[in-house]
Amino acid sequence: MSDIEETDGSEGAEVASGPVAPHRVIGTPPPAPRLLGGGTEPAAAGSESAVSSESAGGVAVADHDEELRQPTEAEIQRGNRAEKVVVACFVIAFLAGCGFIAAYIGLPVGLDRLGPGGSTLDAALRSNLALGTSLSVALLALGLGALLWVRLLMPEVEIVEERHELQSAPADRAAFAETFKQGAGYSQFVKRPLVRRSLILGTLPLVAAPLVLLRDMGPLPGTSLRHTVWSPGRRLLVYGTNTPITPADFSAPGSMITIVPEGYEDDPDALVKAGVILIKFRPGELDIPVRTQGSTLVGTMNWTVDNIVAYSKICTHIGCPVALYEQTTHHILCPCHQSTFDASTGATVIFGPAARPLPQLPMTVNTDGYLVAKSDFTQPVGPSFWERG
Amino acid sequence: MSDNFEVPKALTGTGAWLDDRFHGARGVRVLMRKVFPDHWSFMLGEIALWSFVILLLTGTFLSLFFVPSMNDVVYHGSYVKLDGIKMSEAYQSTLNISFDVRGGLLMRQIHHWAADLFMASLIIHMLRVFFTGAYRKPREINWLIGIGLFTLGLLEGLFGYSLPDDQLSGAGLRILEGVLQGIPIVGTYLAFFLFGGGFPGNVIVPRLYILHVFLIPGILLALITAHLFIMFHQKHTQMPAKGNTEKNVVGAPFFPYFLAKGGAWFFFIFAALVLLATFAEINPLWLYGPYTPLAISSASQPDFYMGLLEGSLRIMPAWEINGFGHTLTLSVLIPALLPLGLVLGGAAAWPFFEQWATGDKAFHNINDRPRNAPVRTATGMATITFYGVMWAEGANDVIADKLQIPLYTITWIARVMIFVGPAIAFFVTKRICLGLQRKDNETLLHGYESGIIRQLPNGEYIEVHRPVNEEARAVLEAKRPTALMPGSGSEDENGIPAPSSKGLLGKARVRANRAFAETVVLESDGHGHGNGHEEIEAGDEHPVGAGQLPAGDAAEEDTGSRGL
Repeated sequence: MSDIEETDGSEGAEVASGPVAPHRVIGTPPPAPRLLGGGTEPAAAGSESAVSSESAGGVAVADHDEELRQPTEAEIQRGNRAEKVVVACFVIAFLAGCGFIAAYIGLPVGLDRLGPGGSTLDAALRSNLALGTSLSVALLALGLGALLWVRLLMPEVEIVEERHELQSAPADRAAFAETFKQGAGYSQFVKRPLVRRSLILGTLPLVAAPLVLLRDMGPLPGTSLRHTVWSPGRRLLVYGTNTPITPADFSAPGSMITIVPEGYEDDPDALVKAGVILIKFRPGELDIPVRTQGSTLVGTMNWTVDNIVAYSKICTHIGCPVALYEQTTHHILCPCHQSTFDASTGATVIFGPAARPLPQLPMTVNTDGYLVAKSDFTQPVGPSFWERG
Repeated sequence: MSDNFEVPKALTGTGAWLDDRFHGARGVRVLMRKVFPDHWSFMLGEIALWSFVILLLTGTFLSLFFVPSMNDVVYHGSYVKLDGIKMSEAYQSTLNISFDVRGGLLMRQIHHWAADLFMASLIIHMLRVFFTGAYRKPREINWLIGIGLFTLGLLEGLFGYSLPDDQLSGAGLRILEGVLQGIPIVGTYLAFFLFGGGFPGNVIVPRLYILHVFLIPGILLALITAHLFIMFHQKHTQMPAKGNTEKNVVGAPFFPYFLAKGGAWFFFIFAALVLLATFAEINPLWLYGPYTPLAISSASQPDFYMGLLEGSLRIMPAWEINGFGHTLTLSVLIPALLPLGLVLGGAAAWPFFEQWATGDKAFHNINDRPRNAPVRTATGMATITFYGVMWAEGANDVIADKLQIPLYTITWIARVMIFVGPAIAFFVTKRICLGLQRKDNETLLHGYESGIIRQLPNGEYIEVHRPVNEEARAVLEAKRPTALMPGSGSEDENGIPAPSSKGLLGKARVRANRAFAETVVLESDGHGHGNGHEEIEAGDEHPVGAGQLPAGDAAEEDTGSRGL
């Protein structure tokens, strides 16, 4: 493998009789030096020819049009050594494969097999480690064995194959056209256009049928995207504990909690639209400007209670829960795509891809002092959709 | 293994039995002698193929245990930290695969790693094909099939990691639903039909499951088969080398060389995936918990191949058009459709655009060296830059956290770089390509610097150059520059303007052709082609043969010429 210099020595020697400069290879180096000396000689006759030589293995080439040569003693020695390495690889693969089966049988996982109190996580990871290690060693050894087999034992063979023209001969093309025309003529397809057109007509409904069949995959959206389960008087429950909350319970300014509607604490389909965040401000910090909604001006400061404001938790960009709140700046951040809303000014967008403020939930307290919704959201929550308007 | 051994009766008998029935001796012999050119970059596509095989194997195993159902259950299984938690059967069965099925965790992790490797190797393989021009006639269809495979692979991966119904996959599905909703006119209907109503509903997992395990793999398998058969039929391209021509294919025969090497490669890839699955944890979904609509973790990242989409959503400013009672949510639609559409659509159109611009309708079986097609290479690098900026932006929160750079700053940098980066990459790459061509010409003309300093009788020191050997010369001379089209306004001898150069499209074509034709001309003796092109300033250039002693030739000649 190091005899690049040898093969090039004839050229280099003429240049300088002194030290031979390192030879540079442009592009891809040729596969391997060929001891037989023959380069690739495309055969003039026949579709393929072959030039072969020995690499390290002591194996004579066995192809009818390839030159045979008796391997030298050194080559036989090298081949025998290589054989041992290859065999060792395959034996290792066998042993590792046996190890895999042994690990499968010997290492239990799961509560059923380990019994109560067993560390199932450790067992799973231990089993994974043993199975994975043995399997990868087996596969690695098989791959290495096969590779060394090719590289060290098989003779270096390079053959040249002629590429055939991909396009057909003109005569074949003409014959094809003729045959096609003949068949088309027999079919009367051109001559009788009514047959052709009625056939197309006949298939049209069946082309549409699969689409029609998909209709029952789901209900029509209707106005469901415009509404949530919030309704007048529905209590706000703290997410997690599912307990109602009074303004006094939530008196620490700067904090944010997640709220779910009473009666739907466990309903993902409802929560995915009705999730709410509750934020408490210091007096004077919360200032929601009057905004136009449709054609009317809406002031929403009276939707807040005691400097507590409720916004939809569903990002108006693409629907992730806005989960991060920075007390000092009053910024609400959506972790998915970093839309940022200013909670103190009505959750207006200050950065990111969301185009609309988080809708505000009209809120009040009921006679028991608990926070309740005044009504549903007055505009659709969550990501925009075509019919939103 | 010697030349005179007996093939066992069992084999010869079986062979004869089969040949009696199928007449295969001649055909199979041809198959055994089928030539496969050897080059390291030709193994990249094979990685994708073997990854796919491993995906089928491990996926079949997983399907024996996975329950594609969103019915609620209360977990009392082996992972005690989630004991008593309400979850879907899909999530429960995934926990069971991980903790109760021996080898289940390993298979799950191999499956996930194999999916990532499949997509990664597809990308690298496509880049190889692009940069070497291997998509050129007659291989355009296979290029298109490849793009189809990549697109389907994206969907297959997305659907696959959505199946376990954990917190992360639920967040991904929510984004999918949001994108669907944003589509004009039909969007909400599509979303409601796919999810069987509002999100999340209780049908999406079984629906994605059948797409993931049956429909998409079936199409993938069919396309991969077609891809391989077309490659087989058209014969593989080869790199420029001595003895390689457009009309031949040089390499080792299928049997036994490619068979053994391909088999070894399969084992190596499988081993690499098992090693990853053993030592590099992937998608530890027991830590995420089951999907709940109001929870999310920060730094949620999709698998790497969805990073482009994630980044494009993050980079987008808040654009939305409201009017006539409808909403066009550009801040969702543009990032969801445009970047991927540009990259994949552009890739699909490229072979035809290149043919149009170069007027090259010839068959190409010898690949280009990337430097010899500067516009193509520069376009590829610009695309990589575009993709890379989007991809990095998809992890902007992680970058912000690790590098302590403000989040919005990163997004603003990305918003600028998405336009500037590709332009810079294009320009720089093109200059590098032309520079490398110049270097090649220099090597062809003067040979290599040998590092040997000799003193001439008059006392002058010179460096001896070695001539280029035949192998290297074959590579260096493989450049096939684009032919110049007649320019706009040019006329033939009768005063008729060239038809191709007329009109806006014709002018654009001539301009594109000029760009493609830019190359560094090899000039050995300084007399020009007489085509009216700017010529190389052939000041001190002269060929150097063995033994010739150029005078201090390290000086760079200015070869900044354009033309054919």
